Amino acid sequence: MILASAQQLPMASGDEFVAPGSEIFWLPFIGEGDWAITEQMIWGGVSVILICAALIMLTRNVSIVPSKGQFLFEGFYNFARNSIARDMIGSKHFMRFVPFLFALFTLLLVNNWFGILPPVMNPTYGRIGFPIAAALVVYVIYHWVGIKRYGIKGYFAHMVPDGLPGWIKPAILVLEVITYFITRPLTLALRLFGNMFAGHILIVLFVSAAAYFLTQGVVFKLLAIPTFAMAGVMWLFEALIQALQAYVFTLLAASYIAGAVAEDH
Amino acid sequence: MTGTISLVGYGLATIGPAIAVGLIFAAYINGVARQPEARPLLQPIAILGFALAEALAIFGLVLFFINN
Repeated sequence: MILASAQQLPMASGDEFVAPGSEIFWLPFIGEGDWAITEQMIWGGVSVILICAALIMLTRNVSIVPSKGQFLFEGFYNFARNSIARDMIGSKHFMRFVPFLFALFTLLLVNNWFGILPPVMNPTYGRIGFPIAAALVVYVIYHWVGIKRYGIKGYFAHMVPDGLPGWIKPAILVLEVITYFITRPLTLALRLFGNMFAGHILIVLFVSAAAYFLTQGVVFKLLAIPTFAMAGVMWLFEALIQALQAYVFTLLAASYIAGAVAEDH
Repeated sequence: MTGTISLVGYGLATIGPAIAVGLIFAAYINGVARQPEARPLLQPIAILGFALAEALAIFGLVLFFINN
């Protein structure tokens, strides 16, 4: 049942090849229609359980002289802590946001890698609802942090950099308000969604094309080999892109928080 | 053969972000080649710029699906 994503491959049974479209992301698991529980939801929940179990196991027996697992985990944690949080937010305020950023990074990394890992082979964040929720959390947090620090009036005043001539300030304020309230959450959600969506479609396209070629003549059967190899190449490429997108999402979340708490612009 | 011209439009629209991403990484490689110590400083900036430029291509993808 969970492997329905594999069975749903548009294996063109007839003569004509049907390219995969956005329908390959619609995988209802329980129920149907608007209130269906989709496979993505199940895997999203499973990812949380997996992460919790892994983190509890890795941090249960911490010692001064780290074991191999602890050493690797510390490297991973330090990456989120130092390379993302500290470098973007600055050493004064960053510690407050490390738990959030680390959780975000881990969640996105695992969920994105679901897109290339059997038996899942389906990036959770390829459904637009998931990236919107993630972007919404970031959106609320950076506004909350900024307003808490500067007050509502001060927060808007803070958006305009100092030292501008007076007549240009209203125009900059309008631009900054659009950036803060519309462009940032929109691009944050759409970037993650678009990458997961396009990457998954690309893999499915190559695999289903290879499967389609196998049903055709001898020449096409030979063509199936490079096509399937290309799916393998895309699989590797996706592994890179999915890790990069988890990193980019967290990096941008950190930079938006940094923009909200920064001393000067 | 059927399809929509917006698919071609999306293909064309990716040229801009593609050039932008190329320029960003060219500048990043240049910077690291000239000053290898600056690598940790430049890397998040380059990735950030890459992400922002790439967002435009993603917009095109979304618009293509909205149009369909």
